[in-house]
Amino acid sequence: MNVDSTPGEILLAVDELHGGYGAVEVLRGISLQVRQGEIIALLGSNGAGKSTFINTVCGLLAPGHGRVEWLGRDITRLGSAGIVAQGLIQVPEGRRVFPNLSVLENLILGSYRRGRAARQANLERVLTIFPRLRERSGQSAGTLSGGEQQMLAIGRALMGEPVLLILDEPSLGLAPLIVEEMFGLIAQLNREGLTILLVEQNVAQSLELANRAHVIENGSVVFGGSRAELLATDRLRRAYLGS
Amino acid sequence: MHTPAPIGRTPAAADAPPAVVHLLGGTRRSIRLLGLIGMALACAPLVVRSEFHLTFMTLALYSTLLGSAWNILGGFGGQYSFGHAVFFGLGAYTGAILQVHAGLPAWTGLLAGSAIGGAAGAALGAISFRYGLRGSYFALVTLAMAEVFRIIANSVPFTGAGVGMMIELRSGPADLQFESRQGYYYFALALALVALAVSSWVRHSRFGAALAAVRDNEDAARALGIDATRIKVAATALSGSLMAAGGVFYLQYFHYIDPMLVFGPAVSVEALLGPIVGGLGTVLGPLIGAFALALVSQVATQALGQAPALSMALYGVILIVMVTFLPRGLGRLRLRRGRHA
Repeated sequence: MNVDSTPGEILLAVDELHGGYGAVEVLRGISLQVRQGEIIALLGSNGAGKSTFINTVCGLLAPGHGRVEWLGRDITRLGSAGIVAQGLIQVPEGRRVFPNLSVLENLILGSYRRGRAARQANLERVLTIFPRLRERSGQSAGTLSGGEQQMLAIGRALMGEPVLLILDEPSLGLAPLIVEEMFGLIAQLNREGLTILLVEQNVAQSLELANRAHVIENGSVVFGGSRAELLATDRLRRAYLGS
Repeated sequence: MHTPAPIGRTPAAADAPPAVVHLLGGTRRSIRLLGLIGMALACAPLVVRSEFHLTFMTLALYSTLLGSAWNILGGFGGQYSFGHAVFFGLGAYTGAILQVHAGLPAWTGLLAGSAIGGAAGAALGAISFRYGLRGSYFALVTLAMAEVFRIIANSVPFTGAGVGMMIELRSGPADLQFESRQGYYYFALALALVALAVSSWVRHSRFGAALAAVRDNEDAARALGIDATRIKVAATALSGSLMAAGGVFYLQYFHYIDPMLVFGPAVSVEALLGPIVGGLGTVLGPLIGAFALALVSQVATQALGQAPALSMALYGVILIVMVTFLPRGLGRLRLRRGRHA
């Protein structure tokens, strides 16, 4: 994307991150690294702390102990606005488009931290990737189908010129055909140079795409490695792939 | 980012017109519409000869100003204030104190009052939103704030305490007092048009889109890098500033204020009723609501004028019926197609 980083350079380094909601600690020291050009799958059952983790990394939740580094710089307490400006952008779970705003207004808001010229250029790119959104640009986002809303949510995040895109359960509640399309898009964006952190319950499909996977259980990383290594671990294979 | 090949199953859309036209078109249409409405209202005194009807329209425009002010925070921002009287009263008292104690002309009161209203809005917003107050908690804080200022105004000497303040009768446009009904009508019209123009800007600007995004889903807005607190504070300041101008108008029109009149709950209710009846979060909703409510109030008074309590009850019943059957406001009747009001 827009950052000249040699392939394999560490973009995001999370070290012993703690966090949660007030007195309730959800994250019990999570460490992981994301390198330029990778697709990383973040797996784990409901309530394992996946969403809490990415919301803490993105500055939406106040972090406890631990450290988050972006290209070697400490961003632990930078706040969401600053973190988005760095190019670390997430597509929240459940799409969360702004239902009363038009498709176009939703997209424009994705470039909120960018200048006017960049906004216009980003808009053209995103509308080229998603011709459907161009077609629906004047329509309010609440009237889109689930699949279209997910495309809008991804398009809106792309408007912010991400270097690392975090996708929180992008396949949730979508028809199988649309899910297929969604994973195809993710692979395509990655081939174009976008680094991706994919949080998914759809383990089989995520593993086909991902270079590496991390498994979170009870707020800690219990596994980090390649697909083959995960499949070689009996307990995890049974727990997440059921065979 | 390079441009990946289009995905999605409708490649036919590639030759659709550039989408940006929609936003700009909406703005231009909105400005044209406001210009037309402004011209029509400016010509109204040529047709409306009776003082009674002109007073009716003057007060409806004044109500439009209050409603538009409230609507910026409550309608576009989704933060319901039950205490907008706090800004109104600050504006009115600023105007009165500058004229009575400092001997300054009224227009300085209009400027200073709006500035103080804006600053008070920023302060109230900063305190409330920094600590994450939302919904009914925010409403209660605003309500309490108006009461606190009512009690302060009732207690300290430089506001005349419970006796209130009266400004000298002077006539001249610079004193913002007018001998003719027309003078006040144009004063109210000018303020209402400013409020409507500001609303239109909010509706179509990037700031307004961010404000609506925060209203619809604050977490998603923050995930895009929008500073939700700052956006809400700015909206409160803008809203407070316009509301304070309404307080100055009240002072210039009635020449007399006291704590209950300008910090009392009746003012806060008047500010929120118009937009709710006319259409929350629309540019013209407060205008439509203000005129509709003025009409309803007039009908109720004329039907049951001998019994004021009954006329208030009738007003209440009509209000309940309107809100029940038109929950999205009168303004949406015609504008169901889009949001480009």
